[in-house]
Amino acid sequence: MKVGIPQPLRGYTKEELVEAEGATVDELLLDLDRRFPGIRFRMIDEQGRLRPHVRVFVNRERIEQLSAALAPDDDVQILQALSGG
Amino acid sequence: MMASSDPSSPSAPTPDAHFLDPGRHQEVFPRPGLALLVGTRKGAWILRPDESRGTWATEGPVFLGNIVHHFVLDPRDRRTLLIAARAGHLGPTVFQSRDGGRSWREATRPPAFPKAGPGERERSVDQVFFLAPGHDSEPDVWWAGSAPEGLFRSEDAGLSWESVAGWNEHPNYALWTENPDEQGTPDGSPLHSIQIDPRDARHMFLATSGGGVFESTDQGADWRPLNQGVEANFLPDPYPEIGQDTHCLQLHPAAPHILYQQSHCGIYRLDQPAERWVRIGDQMPRDVGDIGFPIGLHPRDPDTAWVFPMDGTDVWPRTSPGGRPAVYRTRDGGKSWERQDAGLPPEQAWLTVKRQCMAVDGQDPVGVYFGTTNGDVWASRDEGGSWRCIAPHLPHVFSVETADFAA
Repeated sequence: MKVGIPQPLRGYTKEELVEAEGATVDELLLDLDRRFPGIRFRMIDEQGRLRPHVRVFVNRERIEQLSAALAPDDDVQILQALSGG
Repeated sequence: MMASSDPSSPSAPTPDAHFLDPGRHQEVFPRPGLALLVGTRKGAWILRPDESRGTWATEGPVFLGNIVHHFVLDPRDRRTLLIAARAGHLGPTVFQSRDGGRSWREATRPPAFPKAGPGERERSVDQVFFLAPGHDSEPDVWWAGSAPEGLFRSEDAGLSWESVAGWNEHPNYALWTENPDEQGTPDGSPLHSIQIDPRDARHMFLATSGGGVFESTDQGADWRPLNQGVEANFLPDPYPEIGQDTHCLQLHPAAPHILYQQSHCGIYRLDQPAERWVRIGDQMPRDVGDIGFPIGLHPRDPDTAWVFPMDGTDVWPRTSPGGRPAVYRTRDGGKSWERQDAGLPPEQAWLTVKRQCMAVDGQDPVGVYFGTTNGDVWASRDEGGSWRCIAPHLPHVFSVETADFAA
């Protein structure tokens, strides 16, 4: 499926939309990391938690559990909020 | 890189690191000789002097926009560079160059705490804060300190990092460190000032902002507090075994039985095997005090050190006392101090210099350098006798280190 990548992470992917696979969000992020080594740890900490300003939307709905199921034609967008100066 | 869901697992594979575009930057052209490595809140820069160290050229930025807490050259090969970085709200990492900054790779396994077990505190590295090349006998070994207080070791020059169980899993860890759920040190309490005895790779020191100084004689397998005589005037017992707020610890490279520290509560020196620190900051002028963050040591003379005093009165402004910045130097091990402010602004200059923002070079006379939170780097090529600003208008400076690049 296509995954939208936020600008701060495009140093890994070079592209705004990339391909990745997974039956859950967690699997999808692991597959992303296989394709773009290092990208997952910038989004997920070592305890498996999404970092505070990282958001995952599936079909425009925010997902908070990495175990959320994915269908092959889902639209996945990863967003990263900014704050501070 | 982290192909496992548990990046701290020893079995997690570490694929080859990929080469990075270090962001929008000016290309770095490695050159032999002296340079300053400057880490800032918005990227890293390299400053290179002319032969007289009178004029400095600014190269960079590298990794513009990344928060760079430390930027260090390996003094063993004089080509490997590591940068401790994080990008805004993304996770922390380490960048490595093997060719003096021409090309960069990202760590395949950045410093990370072990996955928490049931009921255990779920720690995650917020920022890699301090980088220390290992002992001369161990090429490519590096140590890293983080906030919250974590200790990590790499055996491949910073590409993959392992959690050091002797510290991170120490039975007294919770006692020796700040609870990250409490609002303690701003930006979290860092583990910093990792110092390795040049006589013995197994003999190490580290410092934290919530515990003080700790010593290991078995290369980090176990640790003991080393805080006797150091004040902690913010605690009920002002001289506790642990709980001191060490801002900067330095082991003297030419006399490694001597340690200096700039603490929250003054300037101290310890001549091992003595166990009790001596407050050498008592000899500072009363209207200046001995509060500050960094301390720099002369590379050859164990009795010469520099500090940058800041206002620790009232609500702790942490700016130059009276708005009149000065470096103070001792040449007798702290028995006396002299003010060194020639060339610095005489008034209305409210400078703050953080703990990793003072450095000395190995030349004769010694060059002394500091960077400020308002983004200026200052240099003296005469051991503090006079100062000039060699790089104005950089972002908030987090670290300044000297480097001597190989030919």
